[in-house]
Amino acid sequence: MTLQAWFALLATFVASTWAVGALRRRMARHEAGRRFFRHPTAAWGMGVLAFFVLVAVAAPLVTSFDPRDQLDIVNLKSQPPSWSNILGTDVYSRDLWSRVAFGARISLIVGALGMLVAITLGTLVGAVAGYYRRWVDAVLMRGVDVGLALPRIFVMLMAVALFGRLPLAILVLVIGLTSWFGTSRLVRAEVLSVRERDFVAAARAMGAGPGRVIFRHVLPNAAAPIIVSAALGIGNVLLLEAALSFLGIGVAPPAPSWGNMIADGAPYLATAPWTTLFPGFAIALVVMALNAVADALRDALDPRQEAT
Amino acid sequence: MTAWVVRRVAASVAIVFAVVTLTFFLMALAPGEEMLGQDERQVDPQVREELRRQFGLDQPPLVRYVRYLGQLARGNLGVSFALHRPVADALAEAMPNTLLLAGAALFVDFLVGLALGIYQALRVHRLPDVVLGNVTLFLYSVPTFWLALILLLVFGAWLRWFPVAGMSDPIICPSVASFYCAMDRLWHLALPALTLGFVGAAGTARFQRAAMLEVAAQDYIRTARAKGASERRVVLRHQLRNALLSFITLFGLAFPFLLTGAVLIETIFAWPGMGRLATDAILRRDFPVVNAAVLIASTLVVGGNLLADLLLAAADPRLRVRGGEGEAA
Repeated sequence: MTLQAWFALLATFVASTWAVGALRRRMARHEAGRRFFRHPTAAWGMGVLAFFVLVAVAAPLVTSFDPRDQLDIVNLKSQPPSWSNILGTDVYSRDLWSRVAFGARISLIVGALGMLVAITLGTLVGAVAGYYRRWVDAVLMRGVDVGLALPRIFVMLMAVALFGRLPLAILVLVIGLTSWFGTSRLVRAEVLSVRERDFVAAARAMGAGPGRVIFRHVLPNAAAPIIVSAALGIGNVLLLEAALSFLGIGVAPPAPSWGNMIADGAPYLATAPWTTLFPGFAIALVVMALNAVADALRDALDPRQEAT
Repeated sequence: MTAWVVRRVAASVAIVFAVVTLTFFLMALAPGEEMLGQDERQVDPQVREELRRQFGLDQPPLVRYVRYLGQLARGNLGVSFALHRPVADALAEAMPNTLLLAGAALFVDFLVGLALGIYQALRVHRLPDVVLGNVTLFLYSVPTFWLALILLLVFGAWLRWFPVAGMSDPIICPSVASFYCAMDRLWHLALPALTLGFVGAAGTARFQRAAMLEVAAQDYIRTARAKGASERRVVLRHQLRNALLSFITLFGLAFPFLLTGAVLIETIFAWPGMGRLATDAILRRDFPVVNAAVLIASTLVVGGNLLADLLLAAADPRLRVRGGEGEAA
């Protein structure tokens, strides 16, 4: 690593700590914000997330090598961590830290977009089912039952078997399309209770159409579980992407994703364990952070529940 | 109550039927050719046509679907395209292996998970709870297959405590049944089952801890304390019994987790089970095997949920009253 990369890395580290501190001061004005940061792990989780997002954004700055560049296949093959390659090199002599940093881009984008598709779809279906009830509800929820009964990993395998290796955009879409069933049940339950409240009746009495009632009145009041499930959703998608890449049907190499890095490293587990260890740690750290943040969000957004 | 049970069972059967139908048409209508042998290049076009005719693939999908349902109703799962043997035989070989793995994992999952969750809830916010809370959060967040690889490295390759792959000693045990071989089986089972079990246990522990704490805040716990019940009686009779109710729901949710986990774990530990059979079949477009695997998987998932609902209704009198309205859980 060059001196410039070290400085950039230090800067991302400082920036992420500062960002969390600033957020904490800002949020301290609100009751929910104070409750959020009362969780000891919430600040840590936010810090880890901020760090990895910054590393992903500034990947070319915090690394000194191209993630796809085979540095020296003879002398630098499967080298343990050293000062020039801080996380070591993989079997193709590529710099592992560069791959982890650039892999953060792909993995986090897959996680965030996959979750976005899933949450949007789940919220829409749940809201429509809960709002209209009767046969709309029955049809949609039986569909959700079927979706939940079909193991997701089978669906993904089928998609790959039928259409070959999926491009990244399609992969994200398929992940999103198979991950929304749980969310829609959650949203439906919430909408069912919110729609009976007086302010919804008032809005309807004043002539608001179903679209306006759902988006302006019902959903904002059902937001808490949706936000929590979004935070958990990113983590689940990250784990799914990793599993798919490991089975050889996820993100296509040589583009680095944390999942396909583990898959690349697995055959050399005994001779070069670091190639498997570090990307796995990256996934574990981010998912842990997301779970911690989701826990804290749940307590912050739902004052009825005692903070545990 | 009986009407509710009948309705729930019927709904479950309908869901499985819908899943099977959906998979059948997805696979049948997709573009591309099926693989009809172990190595496609060796199949001569004429032989290929003959094979397609024999397997009934020259018929339109709807005809194939009706035939498939007819055979299924008679308990016939068909013949595998790629393996050239009845699907039922292949399943009969793979199923017990997966059941052994999943059963052992489930045992570890619930035993360790429940114990940790209860222990943590009794020491809430103190050092043991904080430490265990972080450990379970880590295990809960780790990719299962990555943990499997790490355990394989540490206990298999470095310490050499456990074998790294397979189900039993490949030289002696396939032909000989003995006490030694039973122990050998167990020894091969340990690492994959513990991996899957511990990851599951982390989730169970987090869930059970939350359930225990939720119950602890209820009025009837305070009432029990106020009436002078001993701490032991409050915890065991009042808190734990009620906290176990929500655990039943978790039981129903364990099946999808075990199924997904089994696919990856079986791949890593070279465990010849359902997960590997299904994965290979899907990638080879071996429809009869895929359909059978999907049928079994969805039956397990739906059956798990159904069982959990029924157990919950049996265990919780409050639900039995509302049960008539069809909304349990």
